[in-house]
Amino acid sequence: MNLRLFLSRDATALALGAEDTARAVFTMAKRRRATVELVRTGSRGLFWLEPLLEVQTEQGRIAYGPVFPEDVPGLFKAGLAHGGQHPLLLGPTDQIPYLKKQERLTFARVGVTDPLSLDDYLAHEGYRGLHKALEMSPADIVRSVTDSGLRGRGGAAFPAGIKWKTVLDTAAPRKYVVCNADEGDSGTFSDRMLMEGDPFLLIEGMTIAGLAAGADRGYIYLRCEYPHAHRTLTEAIATAYARGYLGKDLLGSRRNFDLEVRLGAGAYICGEETSLLESLEGRRGQVRFRPPLPAVKGLFGMPTVINNVITLASVPVILDRGAEFYRDYGMGRSRGTLPFQLAGNIRHGGLVERAFGLTLRELLYDYGGGSLSGRPIRAVQVGGPLGAYVPASRFDTPLDYEAFAGIGAMLGHGGVVAFDNTVDMAAQARFAMEFCAHESCGKCTPCRIGSTRGVEVIDRLLAGHEPDRQEALLRDLCETLTHGSLCALGGLTPAPVLSALNHFPEDFRSPSRVKAYGP
Amino acid sequence: MNRGLNEQPLEPMQPVRALAQAQRAKVLEATARLRELPGALLPVLHAVQDALGYIPPDAVPLIAAELNLSRAEVHGVISFYHYFRSAPPGRHVLQICRAEACQAVGAVALEKHARDRLGIGFHQTTADGRFTLEPVYCLGNCACGPSLMVDQELHARVNAQEFDTLLEALP
Ligand SMILES: Cc1cc2nc3c(=O)[nH]c(=O)nc-3n(C[C@H](O)[C@H](O)[C@H](O)COP(=O)(O)O)c2cc1C
Ligand code: SF4
Ligand code: FES
Repeated sequence: MNLRLFLSRDATALALGAEDTARAVFTMAKRRRATVELVRTGSRGLFWLEPLLEVQTEQGRIAYGPVFPEDVPGLFKAGLAHGGQHPLLLGPTDQIPYLKKQERLTFARVGVTDPLSLDDYLAHEGYRGLHKALEMSPADIVRSVTDSGLRGRGGAAFPAGIKWKTVLDTAAPRKYVVCNADEGDSGTFSDRMLMEGDPFLLIEGMTIAGLAAGADRGYIYLRCEYPHAHRTLTEAIATAYARGYLGKDLLGSRRNFDLEVRLGAGAYICGEETSLLESLEGRRGQVRFRPPLPAVKGLFGMPTVINNVITLASVPVILDRGAEFYRDYGMGRSRGTLPFQLAGNIRHGGLVERAFGLTLRELLYDYGGGSLSGRPIRAVQVGGPLGAYVPASRFDTPLDYEAFAGIGAMLGHGGVVAFDNTVDMAAQARFAMEFCAHESCGKCTPCRIGSTRGVEVIDRLLAGHEPDRQEALLRDLCETLTHGSLCALGGLTPAPVLSALNHFPEDFRSPSRVKAYGP
Repeated sequence: MNRGLNEQPLEPMQPVRALAQAQRAKVLEATARLRELPGALLPVLHAVQDALGYIPPDAVPLIAAELNLSRAEVHGVISFYHYFRSAPPGRHVLQICRAEACQAVGAVALEKHARDRLGIGFHQTTADGRFTLEPVYCLGNCACGPSLMVDQELHARVNAQEFDTLLEALP
């Protein structure tokens, strides 16, 4: 018997026991004298089904999941090789509704290929974007990215093409491409999945950015909480060098592009782009005043393209299929697709790449299947720790940058964190202030001092000491933070705090708190 | 840098003592290997912490001299970043995710259980030197929290019972 199996090596799949499953597969194969090739892939992003075991059949790939070691003997007995009947059988992988209804442009290969095999990458349309880019002028590459409508996926949604054009148009002896892989937002893991599941895509995107902007050196600033991604990227970069896809005269083009991974050190603020640049230069991650923009004076004082992982990883398909192809997805001014991440108290957590425009409700219920606990979903935090808490009455809002801004929320990096009706929204508001205090870079007073005051005011409010006065103080403080902060850490901390206060006022006043949470 | 509410205040710069010979060699190995990198300080600090488990305060003058920086600069960088530590950790480092997606599925209860069970708070090490407890704000495992990183290994859906089982399995 010859078996070709696929099992993820994504960090979450490993955390759920994929390595034990792999061992059980080999033990079983040995016992049955079967020859097994086990391809370790990224994750398909259906985390409630991990470890997901797939088998290559004549009808394509068939999935079983979640497969734990004790299930493996039964699977072999059931005729795994032919997709035999078994309670864990899910059918053809790409027909699983959660996947079938997705529009995977950026995540097309993640979960499908071996992330460290350059040959696999090439066989699945990899490096076609770079080959096109090598035949284009820098200005044409930039135009293509601009025309695609691609906006930054790291949070601020700034048009990528405009940033690239600024770097291209700024004369300098040296330019840089920096990838922001700090992914500090709670509820987000698409950067991690992409780096672990398709690292060559990010390398290709950064190389194209280098050609477009005239930069010959790139850095990936990766958070140190991602050891798996670090290993995968390091290995993939070495392979790309060895095969001539990085370095001097890449692919015989007379163009150079060097790439290196640098690790962060557990500071959320280093995801802010100017703080990140400070950190890369070897200093405390303190936010810089703007202007100058990083596109004009960035890393080591040179013009720098700085983009999020997903922004850069979206570029190859734009070059390969054309700007119109990408722009045809989406709604309004939100073009293309966004890999949404379903997290928190949700039954079917995972990655959903869809064109902008589906509603939050569709995401939470059609994909997410409601809460994990089975209780009603009471609030959803979208866009990370600086994103607003959205109440159920707003779940019909389309996932679109402008529509979310319209309800005082933000899409950010596309993380969606669900809470059921046991959540204490006052505790969430308090945490937002505490987090701001913990992560403040210390440059401005409202953020540095005001956030600690914020925690104290919330504590007094919850203790019932002159609650009207405390609430007014809290609102004042938020006002000061909003207008007196240099960056969005201080500037947006009021979003989770005030949305909690405004949408869930009952959680903040003691009589009802006593009723809900006891004295 | 502003520390969180449950954490200790910044410690003042400590007086310099002689660095153990073996530690000194490791530090010099790191600076020799990495000093030519642009912005070498963070890579050097990572390399030192990887090799020694922490960045001894007595290594600061050496790192500063080797990289042509002032002691205050090096100290300032170490104290800014939550990941760098100035005291040796226990045999195992437990990082509990405190961020929102994990809160939504019971991280607060897990954190309390861990403190009670180990009898220590964050940034502390058990008396027997086995465990150091650290907070972390997201491990990218947000669809399957509560999340716990034990040394470099990630664990998903960790409840109190699972936590105890994991600890018992460790030397
Ligand atoms: C406090 C703070 C944290 C941030 N964290 C991240 C992050 O982890 N990853 C990221 O890509 N962008 C982050 N950003 C946004 C960056 O400042 C910047 O907008 C982004 O790197 C630009 O890339 P993009 O245009 O491709 O999104 C953060 C911003 C702030 C204010
Ligand atoms: S708002 Fe906070 S994090 Fe941002 S620059 Fe000011 S002090 Fe630093
Ligand atoms: S919030 Fe805990 S892993 Fe992301």
